[in-house]
Amino acid sequence: MASLPLPVPDEDSAPFWEYCRNGELRAQRCTACGRLRYPPRPTCPQCGSTAIEWQKLSGRGKVYTYAVSHQAVHPALEGRIPFTTLVVELEEGIRMTSNLAEGSPAIEIGTPLEVVFEPVSDEITLPRFKVAGA
Amino acid sequence: MSDELRGRTAIVGVGETDYSRASGRTELMLSLQAIQAALDDAGLKPSDVDGLMKWSVDTSAEADIAANLGINELSFFGEINQAGNVGAALVAHAAAAIRSGIAEVIVIYRGVNGRSGRRYGRGDVTGRQGRGAAQFTEPFGVLVPQHGLAMMTQRRMYETGVTSLQFAATAVAIRQHANRNPRATFYETPLTIEDHQNSRFIVEPLHLFDCCLETDGGGALVLTSAERARSVKKPPAYIRAATQTGYVRDREYIDVAAKATGPRLFKMAGMLPSDVDVVQIYDHFCPFVIFALEDYGFVKRGEGGPFVEAGGISWDGGSLPVNTSGGHLSEAYLQGMNQLIEGVRQARGESTSQVKDVEVSFVDTGVGTGAVLLTREP
Repeated sequence: MASLPLPVPDEDSAPFWEYCRNGELRAQRCTACGRLRYPPRPTCPQCGSTAIEWQKLSGRGKVYTYAVSHQAVHPALEGRIPFTTLVVELEEGIRMTSNLAEGSPAIEIGTPLEVVFEPVSDEITLPRFKVAGA
Repeated sequence: MSDELRGRTAIVGVGETDYSRASGRTELMLSLQAIQAALDDAGLKPSDVDGLMKWSVDTSAEADIAANLGINELSFFGEINQAGNVGAALVAHAAAAIRSGIAEVIVIYRGVNGRSGRRYGRGDVTGRQGRGAAQFTEPFGVLVPQHGLAMMTQRRMYETGVTSLQFAATAVAIRQHANRNPRATFYETPLTIEDHQNSRFIVEPLHLFDCCLETDGGGALVLTSAERARSVKKPPAYIRAATQTGYVRDREYIDVAAKATGPRLFKMAGMLPSDVDVVQIYDHFCPFVIFALEDYGFVKRGEGGPFVEAGGISWDGGSLPVNTSGGHLSEAYLQGMNQLIEGVRQARGESTSQVKDVEVSFVDTGVGTGAVLLTREP
């Protein structure tokens, strides 16, 4: 079965994907000014510092927005339509693009979510989200 | 903000090929035919051209264009990267080059088999194979423009109360303009609110008729100085201001780039949104016509939907007619090129849905990634 493109980890993102593989959601926190940022990048957009730590996140948040694809514009979406993509606003304040885990109930803006780690290859585990408690 | 550009350059020729789903010819041929049409429109010859500009995403190199047109010496050429949304940026660069004396006559061109060749809306075409920023979107099924833009639409519906019925009213108004335009894909093909609402979801909340066409075709613009513009065949459309705005990833989620571009554009022009007589907007998806009207400041945020529903954007009686040739939704999807051509036609008095006494013609080529103000007088 065709697969959606897999993430290609780079120097900045490799730790993020490695944490996901170990079942942890973490984001870069600037140790100079304290700002949390996502997606990973080398420099803090607030203060310019390159100093970071990888802060563990709760994995809980709410639906900031979402959309439901009804057209398989990629071979990997065949048989998986309707397919729900979403932006989750995590408790820590950052927003993350992801998709609704298979089997989760439907969502609307504001629905509480929690992270689910789904291995898609030996190297890559994706952080998807499902309705919290479901 | 400098007023150096104001009225000192002009678009003096516009041209396009037929618009179709299967052109049966190469993108180079489409480009050449559009350029020839634009030069004929201006009454200029290929030997007058000393500059060429293109979209980076297009395939026809300036060297091939020059070799086919018999241009022996190009003093200016270039392209702009990002995506399809750089039409106004190309106009800004060309105008600056002419104003500074680097070149005298610049042609901006494109030719795309957007339906029979590379289709923008397909994940295997626009994809970046999970590299760079795409590693945080594509693996989750956010593959093509409509995926991200549908999520933005959903959030903006939640925050401003804009509705799918108002998107339908947008589609219908723009379709009515296409119905009057023999060049348009949907010439004499009406659309109703019910047609829109009953059409299938592509990416919910976007229905089929919220989405633009896919088109094979070419288009071209000829630019020169205001001095030289006085001696061409037709009335020039003077470039009052031209701007571009790059993507900003950390921008507040529901703001379109127009929020940054608008103030800069109008300041450069020494004008206000209320000075504009007719508007072209990059309508890749219906909702973004409303979002652009709001974020450029033509109406207040939250008032765009009601404005469209009340007939505000219609050529027939609206106070601010929008996409008078049918736009990307109903004329052709030449990604900003057909909006620029129509903006010029409105400034010249040549549109198939001509607005009366146009002094100021506004063209957006990317929901804020760039915009141009054209005027009838310098």
